Amino acid sequence: MQSRVWQRFRTHRLAVAGLVTVSALLLAAILAPILAPRDPTLIETQLRFLAPFANASLPLGSDELGRDTLSRLLHGGRVSLTVGLVAMITTVLTGALVGIAAGYLGGIVDTLLMRFVDTMLCFPQVFLLLVVAAFVPPTLLSISLIIGLTSWMEVSRIVRAEILQLKEQDFVAAARALGASRRRIMFRELLPNAAAPILVAATLKVASAVLMESYISYLGYGVQPPLASWGNMLTNAQGYLDTVPWLAILPGLMITLTVMGFNFLGDGLRDALDPRLRMDP
Amino acid sequence: MIGFIFRRLLQAVPLVIGVSLIAFALMHLAPGGPLAVYTLNPTIQAQDIERIKIILGLDQPLHVQYVKWATGMLTGHWGFSFFGGRPVLDIILERLPATLILMGSALSVAIILGLGIGILGAVKRYSIFDTLATSGALVALSFPTFWFGLMAIFVFAINLRWLPSGGMYEFGEEGNLLSLLRHLVLPTLVLALVITATWSRYTRSAFLEVMNQDFMRTARAKGEPQSARLFRHAFPNAAKPLVALLGVELPFLFSGALVTETIFGWPGMGRLFVDSLNMKEYPILMGLMMFTALFVIFGNLLADIAIAAMDPRVRL
Repeated sequence: MQSRVWQRFRTHRLAVAGLVTVSALLLAAILAPILAPRDPTLIETQLRFLAPFANASLPLGSDELGRDTLSRLLHGGRVSLTVGLVAMITTVLTGALVGIAAGYLGGIVDTLLMRFVDTMLCFPQVFLLLVVAAFVPPTLLSISLIIGLTSWMEVSRIVRAEILQLKEQDFVAAARALGASRRRIMFRELLPNAAAPILVAATLKVASAVLMESYISYLGYGVQPPLASWGNMLTNAQGYLDTVPWLAILPGLMITLTVMGFNFLGDGLRDALDPRLRMDP
Repeated sequence: MIGFIFRRLLQAVPLVIGVSLIAFALMHLAPGGPLAVYTLNPTIQAQDIERIKIILGLDQPLHVQYVKWATGMLTGHWGFSFFGGRPVLDIILERLPATLILMGSALSVAIILGLGIGILGAVKRYSIFDTLATSGALVALSFPTFWFGLMAIFVFAINLRWLPSGGMYEFGEEGNLLSLLRHLVLPTLVLALVITATWSRYTRSAFLEVMNQDFMRTARAKGEPQSARLFRHAFPNAAKPLVALLGVELPFLFSGALVTETIFGWPGMGRLFVDSLNMKEYPILMGLMMFTALFVIFGNLLADIAIAAMDPRVRL
């Protein structure tokens, strides 16, 4: 079974490219302190606005305070990916919990939870995110939690739909006949069987969380300087767009690459795990 | 049909109540409460804040405040801004046309392009065009909107000098249609990119689903030309999920508009939102949250009614 999934995944060239990209980015983020040639917060005003490849010790140039762009990209990636992953875990935990409760318990619990989901989905996510982010003192954890808690709704719908289908199957009836408790059925029988769609949703959610972090950091409500994130590196870059465009180009490319990697990976996983849901060639 | 519209309207009521509860709760959970501009301002005395609280009714129990606020919303009294003391609804409605122009033009471009790319991709499935279009759509969905906007400004406004980098009109040309169109090109391009990608993906899968059905084979067997099969037989059947998508995508459209407006200095509601956030203008923020959410509820209502008009089965 697992080898078949891997075989299907392997034939999906873009998905493999996504996996390689994501692995490389994660590795770079983990090794950032070793790989970065300089301290990302070191200010050297006599080295301002260096172009990429102009100076051997600052390979990708420097920003308006003379900080090394390469080191900031590496450390910024660490921050952006951490926020993306923690936000994804929050999203998946909340979404799966709500989805399982609504799908398995049904009745009034289902109605209330799903109406709450509908209500939350009426607000544009960036609006909701910005309002809450403006209220809470921005730390890495609070930013991740806010992103996670404003984006779990779709996951809960996916999980609920899956549970509704699963709970009619024989193995659940068998577990009930054996006297399994409700909690055991929900978390030991149903949840593992819903793992495939949850895994796909989780991968795609990292992509959207990285995007969301860059939006709110760019607007000044996310990761705060001097800590670098790809989003807040772009905040100041806009002002120098006409003279030093690479300051804006490089962080944006990193965000795009990351989001693209997770999107391709998620798409490939969906096709490999469940050919019924296949969307793309 | 009238019965369906009535039932669908009734379903929207709990949503409206839910949305208002969340917006109300958010503003009261804010640090400093709804009066943060005053409480966080050291030059304002405690007794003045008490006085403002009593004037605005903030000393009353929460449920009383909610009912008062909600009836105000229903009757068009959306409160007053902290700075300038103008009615919130007036301020929002002033910004609405700019946002509608931007969203309308982006949506039109995106739907035309997305339908074209999606249909072509479905007809020529697994062709080079299809592969490029589907992976291209996924790449487009990965662009951070604001960065794509910055790059568009860099290329078309700074390097090529073809188009203005921001604003809605040239100074002194307010109301000039040509000036508006010139300023509209880049924001439309940026906002339309992501929507086009979504639309082409959904169009493609909607058409693929329809084209495998029996009536399509029958039409082919009858010898109908491909154009007639596509537009007379496939299109009406594929249109339903696409109309639903129109409703579902509305919140994303607002999110995208907020980011686009901020980058291009477009004087719409999204820009107003970011400005109000920076000034802690809670009455305007609360008004905008409610306005967009109600807009989304209404848009989904219209989409559902349109679907029911297209397909009698839905009306039951």
